[in-house]
Amino acid sequence: MSDLTKMKIAEARDALRAGDVTSVALTEACLSAIEGAGALNAFVHHTPEIALDQARAADARIKAGDAPAMCGIPLGIKDLFCTKGVPSQAASNILKGFKPEYESTVSQQLFDAGAVMLGKLNMDEFAMGSSNETSCYGNAVNPWRAGNDDTALTPGGSSGGSAAAVAADLCLGATGTDTGGSIRQPAAFVGITGIKPTYGRCSRWGIVAFASSLDQAGPMTKDVRDAAIMLQAMCGHDPKDSTSADLAVPDFEGMLTGDIRGKTIGIPREYHMDGMPDEIEALWGSGRQMLQDAGARIVDISLPHTKYALPAYYVIAPAEASSNLARYDGVRYGHRAKLAQGDGITEMYEKTRAEGFGAEVKRRVMVGTYVLSAGFYDAYYNRARKVRTLIKKDFEDVFAQGVDAILTPATPSAAFPLGQEVSDPVQMYLNDVFTVTVNLAGLPGIAVPAGVDGHGLPLGLQLIGRPWEEGDLLNTAYALEQAAGFVAKPAKWW
Amino acid sequence: MLDLTYETPKPKVIAGAKHDWELVIGMEVHAQVASQAKLFSGASTKFGAEPNSNVSFIDAAMPGMLPVINEYCIEQAVRTGLGLKAKINLTSAFDRKNYFYPDLPQGYQISQLYHPLVGEGEILVDMEPGIARLVRIERIHVEQDAGKSIHDMDPNMSFVDLNRTGVALMEIVSRPDIRGPEEAAAYIAKLRQILRYLGTCDGNMQNGNLRADVNVSVCLPGQYEKYQATQDFSHLGTRCEIKNMNSMRFIQQAIDYEARRQIAILEAGGKVDQETRLYDPDKGETRSMRSKEEAHDYRYFPCPDLLPLEIEQGWVDDIKASLPELPDQKKARFVTEFGLSEYDAGVLTAEVINADYFEKVAAGAGDGKLAANWVINELFGRLKKDDRDITDSPVDPDQLAGIIRLIKSDAISGKIAKDLFEIVYTEGGDPEKIVEDRGMKQVTDTDAIEAAVDEIIAANPAQVEKAKANPKLAGWFVGQVMKATGGKANPKAVNDLVASKLGL
Repeated sequence: MSDLTKMKIAEARDALRAGDVTSVALTEACLSAIEGAGALNAFVHHTPEIALDQARAADARIKAGDAPAMCGIPLGIKDLFCTKGVPSQAASNILKGFKPEYESTVSQQLFDAGAVMLGKLNMDEFAMGSSNETSCYGNAVNPWRAGNDDTALTPGGSSGGSAAAVAADLCLGATGTDTGGSIRQPAAFVGITGIKPTYGRCSRWGIVAFASSLDQAGPMTKDVRDAAIMLQAMCGHDPKDSTSADLAVPDFEGMLTGDIRGKTIGIPREYHMDGMPDEIEALWGSGRQMLQDAGARIVDISLPHTKYALPAYYVIAPAEASSNLARYDGVRYGHRAKLAQGDGITEMYEKTRAEGFGAEVKRRVMVGTYVLSAGFYDAYYNRARKVRTLIKKDFEDVFAQGVDAILTPATPSAAFPLGQEVSDPVQMYLNDVFTVTVNLAGLPGIAVPAGVDGHGLPLGLQLIGRPWEEGDLLNTAYALEQAAGFVAKPAKWW
Repeated sequence: MLDLTYETPKPKVIAGAKHDWELVIGMEVHAQVASQAKLFSGASTKFGAEPNSNVSFIDAAMPGMLPVINEYCIEQAVRTGLGLKAKINLTSAFDRKNYFYPDLPQGYQISQLYHPLVGEGEILVDMEPGIARLVRIERIHVEQDAGKSIHDMDPNMSFVDLNRTGVALMEIVSRPDIRGPEEAAAYIAKLRQILRYLGTCDGNMQNGNLRADVNVSVCLPGQYEKYQATQDFSHLGTRCEIKNMNSMRFIQQAIDYEARRQIAILEAGGKVDQETRLYDPDKGETRSMRSKEEAHDYRYFPCPDLLPLEIEQGWVDDIKASLPELPDQKKARFVTEFGLSEYDAGVLTAEVINADYFEKVAAGAGDGKLAANWVINELFGRLKKDDRDITDSPVDPDQLAGIIRLIKSDAISGKIAKDLFEIVYTEGGDPEKIVEDRGMKQVTDTDAIEAAVDEIIAANPAQVEKAKANPKLAGWFVGQVMKATGGKANPKAVNDLVASKLGL
């Protein structure tokens, strides 16, 4: 039974179509795996009835010969996605008990394609965090451990629940969202694949907003092929999201040839950071070699404004968040503080938000409010926007020079122990150093597991592609994946 | 163009204790865009619906909801801009104005601070025939309305109605070119008239569909001219903004009060604080709305949920080509085409529906001046008496034209025409047939009139002597003849006959 949950999406699809397995069997296997994995705290809302209903419907569709690629595939859905009638809290107490009357476009598209929802996945509160420790449900735990050390490690963030669930074979794939690295960093920390598509590729409608100009949904899967299959079902134009692109979606899976001969891969010198572990440098070097061996041309490139990306990100994202989170005021839904006699609307706002938001969310709301305030707007927000334009131009310049994709480390370290960085926000923010540039420039980026560190923990590499060229990017990632041959799995301890 | 020429009105002068002061006024008018659906949500804009029934998930700011621009609202704003001879910006953008209030579910209003859809334009504000003020429009931007907070339904609770939340508004911002309370009211009236002509706002002030923030300052005579020459605001006084006015009468009262308040402060050696104030019509005074500590910092920034709004010149040109004839043009045309006075032309063009009615009457009657007299004096007077609108006038343009044609053909006298109008008004029917059926036709048969004149002259020798001595008394004979013929005699014929028989 438990072997079923180890299946990849492509394998399961083929087995389902061949009649070798049913979606109900797959779903039951996943449900039972989830039940046994409480220690991972990956699933925070379980929806077994919905899952089995969807699985039965999927089996009927498959039987009728109407089976899209995702039909019958059991998935986990990040708690940031609004799912109709199912708690959708963005891992925040301020949305306690909130059950939307609507379904996010991305999850609806997955369901329309026959996918099965097992439940909602843990994350950092409002997707603000890199370790899952800001979640109101308590953090998810990385299924990986460093050798024989049983110290609990972070699954990364913010899509840490998604990462843990996929890595631990609780589901075949999961949705994530990525504002500054929230898909790619956790994917790297647990040894799976995660792609953030081009900004505008997936609809943001029905996804709780963190930083609207940066947020993108994407799949987190066991390999690159699965990412291609799942992204295909998630993305596409949505008239309900004005920033969603009205572009055709190519056949991503069909583009996975593994042939990258003649492609040009850029290695940005600014991504060599002081104090970066040797293991990361070494991994990056071997990735470079693997792509070269696969026939790609490797060039050293410069992205000169890289060092300003993190500060600019930590101005723009909180600025947008401070405005996006204003709606959580206790008036219409979610948590409302108990009021004392004589309390007015101001007290209601203050008490509700003080009780409902966690410390990291409060910090970002305050930073965001500050950088937008009169007298500081130009010095912070406007300057950050200018930096963003320059970072975007850095990428445009290298693409114009013929670079097809850029190879970087995904994270500056392997998964770190829970509790280690939570008290130092700046240290925590450094987790995003290789990933935020991609969000600021609106580009597609993918994290692929490419090796392990000295403790046997997975390490990932990131490939950054041209806008709207996810197919090409996935193919490069596929070639890297083939070359790296990463097959390690966490030893089950939970 | 058939533009009429105007002189500029004199600014309102208020005599202070020490010297004279002039007023300088700028207006920010919020006009609700006439549209079935809201600006970003697709929810209905119908007025008077059950509270919180016209509310989408977007209006209620549910998590993950996103705005999508309603193209028709943009078209309406462009149409308005074109109607005000304004520059249309092919690229504009939406910004968020952040503040907390229960009737603002998102916690921000989506507006256009940095890049408005419409740029500079103008409005000619008519004061009286031959006198008008050209007021410059600075910009028009498109934004969401807020909902309604209701504080007086329960002693302990406030209620919120989100029906209005997200309805499209145009904020029409003028330059400080208005120079008195009457001009301010006339400005609103003219703007309202243009919007109604364009069909872009119904102008219903009572429902709050047209409301104004009024910026008032005072300055010494001569200062305003310096401002106009340089556009340097330092020549003007510090302004106060009176918020949310939706009555022309209150606007005038508030401006007058506010100007006098500022003058009193300045003449006492004080300084006017730039602030927002509210007008209390019960007390007839303006009051400061909030202290400096409570001043909002709106933290405007570009709305990341919406891409910059790009429109095409061809689309703008199509809208321009579809613009109706606007009040100034129509008025000028009525003056030149029908020979009307500017005053009458102004009355007839106040509402496009009146102007249309008039034009039908004028065409049917073949006489613009008579048509204007009858529409303005008889029809409007009669409708007003019944408190009726022209849309439910019992007399249609064809009927009124029929009455006028009967006058013109000398079939009835003006007096009989009034009786006939009353019959048509109350009973309906074809005027020509009524005149025929009821024998109201004027007697133009000279023999019949002559007989009546002879009879009356013969019966009143004393009066004849008096009239011969004083020809003004001939009118008595005319009256007697009219009486004897039941008013049907042609008055001109009677006049002529009486005069000749009496040898006058």
